[in-house]
Amino acid sequence: MISSIIFVVLLIGSSVFFYINAKKIRRNILLGKDISITDNKAERLKTMVLVALGQKKMFTRPVPAILHLFLYAAFVITQIELIEIIYDGITGHHRAFRPALGGFYTFMVSFIEILSVLAFIGTIAFLYRRNLLKVPRLVKSELNGWPKLDANIILIMEFVLICFIFMMNGADEVLYSRGQSHAENLGDRTLGLAISSHIGPLIYGGMPDAGLHVIERIGWWGHIIMVFSFLNYLPFSKHLHILLAFPNTYFSNLKPKGQFNNLFEVTDVVKPNFDPSYQPVLDPNAVIGFGVKDVKDLTWKNLLDAYSCTECGRCTAACPQNITGKALSPRKIMMDTRDRMEDVGKNMDKNGGTFVDDGKTLLGDYIKHEEIWACNTCNACVQECPVNIDPLNIIMGLRQQLVLEQSSAPNELNGMFSNLENNGAPWQFSPADRANWINEN
Amino acid sequence: MQEKIANGETPDILFWVGCSGSFDDRAKKITKAIVRILNHVGANFAVLGVEESCTGDPAKRAGNEFLFQMQAMQNITVLNGYDVKKIVTGCPHCFNTIKNEYPELGGKYEVIHHTQLVQQLIDEGKLKVQGGEFKGKKIVFHDPCYLGRANNVYEAPRDVISKLDAELVEMKRSKANGLCCGAGGAQMFKEAEKGTKEVNNERAEEALSHNPDVIAVGCPFCNTMMTDGVKHFNKEDKTKVLDVAELIASANDL
Repeated sequence: MISSIIFVVLLIGSSVFFYINAKKIRRNILLGKDISITDNKAERLKTMVLVALGQKKMFTRPVPAILHLFLYAAFVITQIELIEIIYDGITGHHRAFRPALGGFYTFMVSFIEILSVLAFIGTIAFLYRRNLLKVPRLVKSELNGWPKLDANIILIMEFVLICFIFMMNGADEVLYSRGQSHAENLGDRTLGLAISSHIGPLIYGGMPDAGLHVIERIGWWGHIIMVFSFLNYLPFSKHLHILLAFPNTYFSNLKPKGQFNNLFEVTDVVKPNFDPSYQPVLDPNAVIGFGVKDVKDLTWKNLLDAYSCTECGRCTAACPQNITGKALSPRKIMMDTRDRMEDVGKNMDKNGGTFVDDGKTLLGDYIKHEEIWACNTCNACVQECPVNIDPLNIIMGLRQQLVLEQSSAPNELNGMFSNLENNGAPWQFSPADRANWINEN
Repeated sequence: MQEKIANGETPDILFWVGCSGSFDDRAKKITKAIVRILNHVGANFAVLGVEESCTGDPAKRAGNEFLFQMQAMQNITVLNGYDVKKIVTGCPHCFNTIKNEYPELGGKYEVIHHTQLVQQLIDEGKLKVQGGEFKGKKIVFHDPCYLGRANNVYEAPRDVISKLDAELVEMKRSKANGLCCGAGGAQMFKEAEKGTKEVNNERAEEALSHNPDVIAVGCPFCNTMMTDGVKHFNKEDKTKVLDVAELIASANDL
């Protein structure tokens, strides 16, 4: 009875806490400009199924893809077992679904156990890749401090969670074979779990019943507490991608990657020069800022991108400028965007829901000009991202701000602009000479 | 174009030469190779000549949307004035900009890159390609970002090269994983930011690791960058940097 009350309090508490933080994330994403993405529903769904559910883009790197698949499959399938755990937790039953489901129950829990072993291997391999093998993209400077710790915390939580699962099941197998389990005895001698029925007796076979009951309960409570902790750790972690990968891939850019956004506020001003019949739509007296200075100038999709980033660094590993030692790192662009968005969110929380100017902006204080001007707009980062994040879109918005609002392009680019304006070519050639090649040999 | 229209002719296709192809001495050779191919197959084509102006691509990628749209609308006015339907470009940047970014500003055309045109001509049987001097030679193809990733055109240049009876070698970073030459995003017009290496040298090094006779490109900017990269490693005697159009034109002695 007491354990049921404790369980319900934990369940409600962690749900409410998660709800509050999820709402903040939603509020932060909606700090961005509104854009409408309602077209091509079928293609969007297909993209989501292939890229998020099917992890299509992960498989360009097979080793981490398979390890990741272990963790991912275990994570998704284990959710089914949670239904029973929550039911048991509330009602005080133990393995309540087993009598009714019979062989299917054994199959499901065994399947989860096998996936858990694979996930266990995956977790160790990932900890190894990050901390000992030091895969270059996982040890870049933008990960120093919290991001590195965050990644390890998640892996250790997963490791501990899996240990709890096997404590719970292994001890229960031994108890069941002695007729001492709290699970309903169906007249058989084993729960029949694929892994625990073998390793349970090996590890716990020599222990007395009382000790096994304690271990089984530590496993059970440890497991569910880890699940609640994990859920509530998500909003503070890069690990949000397990949820946001789905909407983020659904709202992917479906246009050719070379097609950059058209700025209608510019078209509205330029078009009358060429089409006298064109009537401007926007109010000429309204103050319009061009490009992106801070997170409010980004779109909600840019901000959803930032929350979806799990800092894997495939973008940065493919970036020609990063490869050649420049300051630009597409991953850092996404991390900075999230940091700024969260700082703005915290500022609002502190000031009763309104943002009070803190003298900072995304451009300049988080992302330096040097990073923005290094970009080749080659789309390698966009191509690489396993959840279809678009760092280039943000970089372009920042460039537009620098050129159109702050007139602070590098000098050589200003030279190129004036050549273009005067000669219709980026170099200093006379437009009258454009066709000279025809008569040259 | 003006001449043809004045004579009452309607060209089937407009060849968009681009700024590099018009002004840069090296790129002019690519332009001429494309023209030789078009003449060889008896194509009814025209160029805008002095009426052509930069598509605005470098302005757009550098963040100058005003300048881009001014250039775009000026070009669209000219193109629509001649009722142009189909355009072939000598440069992937012009190709991408006209194909993807002009429609929203009122310029809707069928746009192909010159490697796609050559592929079409071969497929239609209008152009026969012999290996010529490239027979048995080792050729490595460098994907231009604005043809490849930006528009998913990976096969046309490879198809064309494969007709030369040469050994086409793929770099580790090719097609969707291709590495930029370092020119895109208006980098062509500025010094690189502080770093440890030039992007074009990184890419040229990768291409040269295959010890090729030819580094084939499909973009005048890639051409410049790769040529500089090959010179950086003092390999210009062994390895030539040539556009796909030049390969075809010289293989066929056009």
